[in-house]
This record gives sequence, structure tokens and C-alpha cells, in this order.
Amino acid sequence: MSQPPLLSVEDLSVEFRTRSGTVRALEAISFAIARGETVGVVGESGSGKSVTAYTVMRLLDDAARITSGRIMFGGLDMLGADAGTLAELRGRELSMIFQNPRASLNPIRRVGQQIADVLLRHANVGAKEAGERAVALLAEVGIPEPSRRAKAYPFELSGGMCQRIGIAIALACRPALLIADEPTTGLDVTTQATIMDLVSELGRARGMATMLITHDLGLATERCDRVVVMHAGHVVEDAPTAALFAAPRHPYTARLFAATPRPGLALSEISTIPGGLPDLRRDDLPPCRFSTRCDRRRDACDAPPLPRVTHQGRLVACHNPL
Amino acid sequence: MFGLLARRLAAALPTLAGVIVVTFLMTRALPGDPAAYFAGPAATREAVEEIRRQLGLDQPLWVQFGDYLADLARGDLGLSITTGQPVLADIAQRLPASAELTLIGLLIAAGFGVPMGVAAALRPNSWVDHLCRVIATAGVSLPTFFTGLLLVYVFYYQLGWAPAPLGRLDAFSSPPPQVTGFYLIDSLLAGDIETFTGAAAQLALPALTLGIFALAPIARMTRGSMLSVLSSDFIRAARAAGLSGNTIVIRYALRNALLPVVTTLGMVLSFLLGANVLVEKVFAWPGIGSYAIEALIASDYAPVQGFVMAMAILYVALNLVIDLAYQAIDPRVRIEA
Ligand SMILES: Nc1ncnc2c1ncn2[C@@H]1O[C@H](COP(=O)(O)OP(=O)(O)OP(=O)(O)O)[C@@H](O)[C@H]1O
Ligand SMILES: [Mg+2]
Repeated sequence: MSQPPLLSVEDLSVEFRTRSGTVRALEAISFAIARGETVGVVGESGSGKSVTAYTVMRLLDDAARITSGRIMFGGLDMLGADAGTLAELRGRELSMIFQNPRASLNPIRRVGQQIADVLLRHANVGAKEAGERAVALLAEVGIPEPSRRAKAYPFELSGGMCQRIGIAIALACRPALLIADEPTTGLDVTTQATIMDLVSELGRARGMATMLITHDLGLATERCDRVVVMHAGHVVEDAPTAALFAAPRHPYTARLFAATPRPGLALSEISTIPGGLPDLRRDDLPPCRFSTRCDRRRDACDAPPLPRVTHQGRLVACHNPL
Repeated sequence: MFGLLARRLAAALPTLAGVIVVTFLMTRALPGDPAAYFAGPAATREAVEEIRRQLGLDQPLWVQFGDYLADLARGDLGLSITTGQPVLADIAQRLPASAELTLIGLLIAAGFGVPMGVAAALRPNSWVDHLCRVIATAGVSLPTFFTGLLLVYVFYYQLGWAPAPLGRLDAFSSPPPQVTGFYLIDSLLAGDIETFTGAAAQLALPALTLGIFALAPIARMTRGSMLSVLSSDFIRAARAAGLSGNTIVIRYALRNALLPVVTTLGMVLSFLLGANVLVEKVFAWPGIGSYAIEALIASDYAPVQGFVMAMAILYVALNLVIDLAYQAIDPRVRIEA
């Protein structure tokens, strides 16, 4: 690789100190995203996808501690950057859209004004031009009657409309990387598809890299160049989509595929993944956090460290891969 | 807008009816015989009975209530036995004094309480937070008359910064020509700076006393609601969009956090109206609170009834204003209304 990746996360560990113990939410995770690339991050609920996104954005709450690792974004050391630098970067170079579109908007501020706030902050424009550009952005994300809708409050718009506003805010300043944290959860299927089309289309037009977080492996294989599979705070597999789809190597990925509905697969053939995520507050977490649910487990699996084998551009964290 | 106003006023009618009945019964149930008080200690038994007849106090209770209602309908709140004036005139004359004191007290409480709450919420469990908590707890746990006396002792008696606690203006000034009845406003309207500063100096300590008392609920409410707003999704989204700290704290968080604070202002105001009574007594403030206390001590029914009615009307009116303020900030309510 001649060019360094746009985003690289190396050996990142994050813990939450809570009253009931320390939650080891991320442990030594690594992945990278190149310019213009779309990378999916998949895994069950609680596997640490959102925590990863918040850590990259440096939006973790006070209970969180980053205990190891490095995050480089476009040459900037994100973990060493001060608050001012980060605030300059966010919304301009690095944006995020959220899982719950309506709750992510200020309930008592007009949506056009909320878009304009971002432009005023980053785009070096006056109030009037910011307002005009906000309306143009609304049109761009496919909102009919944009100048009227700019004056609406979030509660007057549907969930899909609110997510379009979220996209308009995130893309207002043409960021280099968009982090989309389950952008279509809670929306109906048709709206899901249009929202995803919108993100891919605008992303392509702007040459923007996208980190698409989802629990839906099907969606990820459909939309992404590469997929990072997470389980209980570990990256268990990281591979180009086609290779992953053709032959998953980590037992968890295989299980995820088996649990994903596909055309040509009867409902009875869809299997569920046995067991649940281990309690991340335990002090004696096994090196492989999937071992208790795994049918390919061997004695070696209980001995640290967890292997992280990279072969032909794909990473597998397993002693006994498929 | 007018629909809402009418609906709110209609909803207040049962409250007012209840207040009328309760005040009537309450004053009758209080110990003390107004006829005896009015007749004086030297009066004979016959003289007292004569006065009782004149006052209508020998009639059955429901007849007295009927008379009372008929008088109310004519806007007649009765005569004060102590001042010899119509109660309505007394109250109309004294109400602005109380209203000015209460509102300035509330302004002081909000002016300090809201920033304190915000500062505490921005750094929970820091020394700022603890300091705010100590100040607020001290303010609300000290009885108002004690705070008042303490302030008088320190700022009048010891330091000599404040004027003597003897009413709205010192003996050498005359009140400004009446427009609103608020000396601060009327003196400014008359362009009389000297009276303005005089009135402000007199007002400072009693208003501060009330402000200190009302600080705690406002600061606590602001802190709590700021904390919950600051941890909400849209604040995280605003930070993800890189908005500046000021925009996030003031335009995004505080405006949302103030909604529940505005709602509690109604409760705070009713606290203040209650606390007013003692503060007026301490500072010889010629408001309706001290008027009511004097009447109560003299078993003078009419002013007490008038006072409670005035308070009820004031309370309803202030809550209406608060509702309108809430609507002005929250678009969601505007649509429903
Ligand atoms: N503020 C926090 N305090 C304590 N634990 C937390 C906190 N935030 C996240 N966690 C824990 O970190 C782990 C990962 O959570 P995360 O929200 O990243 O999951 P996720 O993969 O995004 O799941 P979902 O698909 O439900 O969004 C979970 O075990 C969660 O309980
Ligand atoms: Mg999540």
C-alpha cells in the first residue's frame, strides 16, 4: 500500500467504569478505512459497534477510559488531539449519522436552522447564505418542498424525513469520512432502502469513505467493499466482502451468515447463534470471547493470546478457523 | 391563543370557587370574636351584641355566605375593621408593593439559580457543583425571616450599606407618580433617578431574602434538567457535527433544559407568595402580606378573605403567564394548543 489509510485504528481498548464493575467494551481492536472506501462493521447488539464509532469521533462519555491504542485520521492523532481541534474536525472532515433519527435532532429548533448551524460553524458563510444552502441540502437529500420543510420542527416530520435531515447535517460540509451508526434501524423497509441508496449515492458523488455500522450482515455485504465483524468487543474477522461472503473463516461469521435470511433460504433453515454475549464485566474473560458459544473450540482456545492472523488481506482471530 | 386563554381561565373557575368557600369557612372557624375586638375591651355585653348584629354575625352561616357572595359579585370585599377602609381599596393600594418585591425576588433567584445550575451540570461532582449545592441548601433551609434579619444585621447594622428596613422608600422621599405601582418602573418613567436608586436600595435586602429562598428549587431543577439534556442523543449529535461549546450549551442544551424549569416556576412563585408574608413583616414592607397578618391577629375577617382571594387570582394569572412563556419556547405545545 502506497497511500496511508484515511482512518486507522490500532490495538484500541476501551473500558467503562460502572458501579457494578468495569465493562471491557473493546479489547485490542484494529481496522483501517481507505479514502472513498465503504466498510461495514457488523455484529450482534452489544458487540461494541457504537462504542467504536464514538471512540473514533471522540464522543465517549465520562465513564469511558481508552486504555490502549492509537487512532489516526488523515494524519491526525485523534487520541492526542485537543478539544478545539476535534470540534473543528467533526462535522467538516468526519461526520456521523445516528441510529435514532428523531432523537438526534434538537426538538425545539427548526430543522433548516439546525443544518445552517453546521454551515455557520464550518463553511465560513453568513447567516443568509447558510439558510439558502440548508434549503439546497434538503433538496439534495430528497425532501420535497425544501423551503417549507426547512421551517419545520423535528416532531412535524416522519422518521425517514428526520434521517434525511441527519444525512443533510452530516454531509453539509462534504466530510472525508461518514460514520453511519445503524442509519436505517427503526425505519420501514422501503424507507431503509431509499436512505441507504441516498448514502451510497452521495458518498460516491463526493468520494467519501463510509463506515456503515449494522447488525444486518446482508445489508453490509450488499453495500460495502469490506466488512469488519465484531463480537463482544473483539474484531473477529476483517475481509473484502466477496471473499467473506464466499467463505467466512471465523466460526462467528459463519454463524452470522447462517442466521441471516436470504432469498432461496427457507425460514426453517435459518439457525440462531447459541448462547449470548459473555458478561463484559467479568474479570476472567477468556482470550477468545466466542469460545463458550463455539462448536469448533479446542484446548488451545483457552490459552492466551488470541491469534490475529492476516492472510491475503483478510484477518481472522481464531485458533481453529474454517 | 385566545382560545387557550379562555380555556385556562375557565379551568381556573372551580379553583376560585373553592377558594371563596374555603376562605369563608376558614375565617369563621378561626378563634377570636371580631365583634368583641371591634367593640373594644371596655364595651358592655349589650354593646358587643349590638355590633355583632350590625356586622351580620348573628345570622346563620349560609345567610352570611349569601351576603358574602352578593358583595363579591358587586366587587365589594367588605370593610376592614382595623383600617376602616374598603378591603378592595386597601389591597389595590398594597398589591403593587408585594408584586414588585416578589417579582424582583424571583428575578434574583432565576438570575443566580439558572447559571448556578448550568455550571453545576457542566461539571457534576466538581467543586463548583458542591459549592452550588451548599449555597442552595443553605438558602432553602434557613427560614426567610432569619435570612432577612441576618441580612439586616450585616448590611444595615454592621456595614451600613443598606438603608433602614422601613418600607419602600425612606421617610424623606415621596413615591413617584403612580402608573404601574412598581416604584422602580414609575420612578424611571418619571425620569426620577434619585427615587429609583432610593427604591432600589430599599428593595435590595427583602428581594435578596426572597431570592435566596427561591434559589434552591431553581438551581436544582436547572442542574437536573441540564444533566439529562446534556446526556441526550441530540447533544451527542450536535457535538458530532462539531458545533461550538457555546452553541451546544446555550442554544441546544439550555433552551431545552429550561422547559421543565419554566414549569416549576409556578411552584416557586407559590413558595414566594407564602414567604412574602414574613419577609414583609421583617422589612415593614407595606404589601398585602403584612396587611393580612395584622388583620389576622385582629380577627378581622374581610381583609384575610380578600388577601387569600387576591393570592388565588394572582396565582392563576401568574400560571397563565408561565403557560404562555412555555408555549413561546416549545413549538410542540403550540401545535397541540
Ligand atoms: N456508557 C456506558 N457505560 C457502560 N457500559 C457501556 C456504555 N456504553 C456501552 N457500554 C457497553 O459496551 C458494550 C458495547 O455497546 P455498544 O453500544 O457499542 O453495542 P452495539 O454493538 O452498538 O449494540 P447495538 O447493536 O445494540 O447498538 C455493551 O456491553 C454495553 O453495555
Ligand atoms: Mg449501537
